[in-house]
Amino acid sequence: MMRNLTRLAAAACLALAAGAVQAQAPIKIGFVAELSGPQGALGQDQYDAFMMVVERNGGRLGGVPVQVLREDSQLKPDVATQIVQKLIERERVPIITGITFSNIMMAVHKPITEAGVFLIGSNGGPAPIAGAQCSPFQFITSWQNDNQAEVVGKYAMDKGYKRVIGMAPNYQAGKDFIAGFKRFYKGEVIDEIYTPLNQPDFAAELAQVAAKRPDAIYVFYPGGLGVNFVRQYQQAGLLGRIPLLTTSTTDGSTLPAQGEAALGVVSGTFWGPDFNNPASKRFVDEFEAKFKRIPSQYAAQSYDAALLLDSAIAKVRGNVADKNAFRAALKAADFQSVRGSFRFNNNHFPVQDQHIFEVAKDAKGRVSLKTVTTPLKNHGDAYASQCKM
Amino acid sequence: MTTGLLLTQLLNGLQLGVLLFLLSAGLTLVFGIMNFVNLSHGSLYMMGAYFAAAGFNAFGGSFLAAALIAVPGTMLLGVLVERIALSTLYTRDHLDQVLATFGLILFFNEVVRFIWGPASVYMNVPKALSGTVDLFGLAYPSYRFAIIVVGLLVGVALYAIIHRTRVGMLIRAGASNPDMVSALGVNIKGLNLTVFALGAGLAGLAGLMAGPIVSVQAGMGEPILILTLVVIVTGGIGSIRGAFYGALIVGVVDTMGRALLPTLLREFLERSVAQAVGPAIASMLIYLLMAAVLAWRPQGLFPVKHG
Repeated sequence: MMRNLTRLAAAACLALAAGAVQAQAPIKIGFVAELSGPQGALGQDQYDAFMMVVERNGGRLGGVPVQVLREDSQLKPDVATQIVQKLIERERVPIITGITFSNIMMAVHKPITEAGVFLIGSNGGPAPIAGAQCSPFQFITSWQNDNQAEVVGKYAMDKGYKRVIGMAPNYQAGKDFIAGFKRFYKGEVIDEIYTPLNQPDFAAELAQVAAKRPDAIYVFYPGGLGVNFVRQYQQAGLLGRIPLLTTSTTDGSTLPAQGEAALGVVSGTFWGPDFNNPASKRFVDEFEAKFKRIPSQYAAQSYDAALLLDSAIAKVRGNVADKNAFRAALKAADFQSVRGSFRFNNNHFPVQDQHIFEVAKDAKGRVSLKTVTTPLKNHGDAYASQCKM
Repeated sequence: MTTGLLLTQLLNGLQLGVLLFLLSAGLTLVFGIMNFVNLSHGSLYMMGAYFAAAGFNAFGGSFLAAALIAVPGTMLLGVLVERIALSTLYTRDHLDQVLATFGLILFFNEVVRFIWGPASVYMNVPKALSGTVDLFGLAYPSYRFAIIVVGLLVGVALYAIIHRTRVGMLIRAGASNPDMVSALGVNIKGLNLTVFALGAGLAGLAGLMAGPIVSVQAGMGEPILILTLVVIVTGGIGSIRGAFYGALIVGVVDTMGRALLPTLLREFLERSVAQAVGPAIASMLIYLLMAAVLAWRPQGLFPVKHG
């Protein structure tokens, strides 16, 4: 009996000592994103922007040294799940950030939040985690997926387009974006065209579009598909004739390859590189100086994730183990976002303005995004009411 | 559906067809003459597109520079690959060849990612072909029309080479009986290299022509490789004529299926169902076609004539 007590006391001493050491050690942050393959450009932008903040602060966030563990989830949900398990069980990270694609988010959301680890998502925002499956441990610094389609739908409505054709790859996200567009567009969608995800050539579909002469066309073609689509749309002589409204089709990751073929394309999202607030200007200037390219929205989202962590870690003075205090500090979102006003909704997704952009040449003559209008102000998402938080 | 639209779709099918022909001509010769399964043919196409984009951007958007770098560059690359990697595999069985050339696909995908990065690379159509042409009152993208013209010219040139020259005679002979050709004292090694270089050059040309239309990125060769395999199986392995007609048939069937099926299905299915089922069936059409051809004529539609 006595021996057991002694052992217990010894163990307690050790644990306390370990705890003391822990306080000195840097906070470990898991960074998980798509860093290879054709999608790697998005993850790379997320990583570069996040590390830019860490390096600017001398390897610290909120005044506390941090150690960022960079992991490539390869757009494979099983790989992502293993990585997350390793980060949580072996590395004992209190925070995981990044996450590029929605299907990866769906795979890792539960393992991360159920382990009581904070998930600071900086891209994909699928509907389930914004609604019924939301968790108090999640904080999303990007958007709910539908937002970027809703704003374009509202814009099409404001412009008075009567007949619109919707076009997207034939998979879940493609259908979600068309649905999001229709939530705010009340005119007639005369056709919805879904193309196989691996189809690189849209000649047949574009001929149909040309024949139907809609007032506008709304498309969602991310990454390489967007490069194909925009070039072919321009080559078919449709660009000046039928307005091309898009989501995730002309962004910082695809514009360099689309070049002048994309001039005049309209897109909707939360931020663009021409924003005129000090936080955004500082971000764009530093990013361009360091990486010699215009930052994409993916970089901006991740930059904000780093600023959010910076503010919250400072508030709890590095004691992220006090989960309630840290959560409250994150929820406060007490930082200067590149998008101007920013606050978290009850489901820990942002409430923010959604803007419309047009592809145009910037002051330096480069093809970039120009802010046109702001159809949705202080906009939340359609699923927040289903989230019991 | 109007006649004009139908004609446009036919041209689109033709354009896809000639692009496929450029790729399948080389592949079918390598298959037929060397009895060699070369899955890395799609990678040569990708390298052609990257070479073209590199030339295009290095010389201030000159398409001519892109062409002068892409086609000889890919040819040279093809020769190097043949000498270094593939020539040691000719006597091995097909499984080894499949494994090795699949490895080459992974290798080349990583190489372009390493050199050019993960995002796709910019390349545009030449200025003179950026608009549309007027074909009997029909506006059609000039560049796509140029692809059709180039493809048909290559078809004619290949026909002339294969049926009117000595090399062509040897290639034909090699396709129908390679052992006899080498027994007659022909340098089969040199012939193989020539055929491979020719195929690589055509793949490079296809990459060049496709560069301004599709995004130039790692892995762009795989989807088109599958279509190319369908073409040569449908047309008959080893036969240039088969590759030509097979490519046109696959191109037209694929395009027409995508264009017409969803509209047709809507006549007797509900709109949302037609929208889901139409593209799915349309993308299966060419495989159904291939299966039908295999069941009906296992040699392909235009097989090499033996004996």
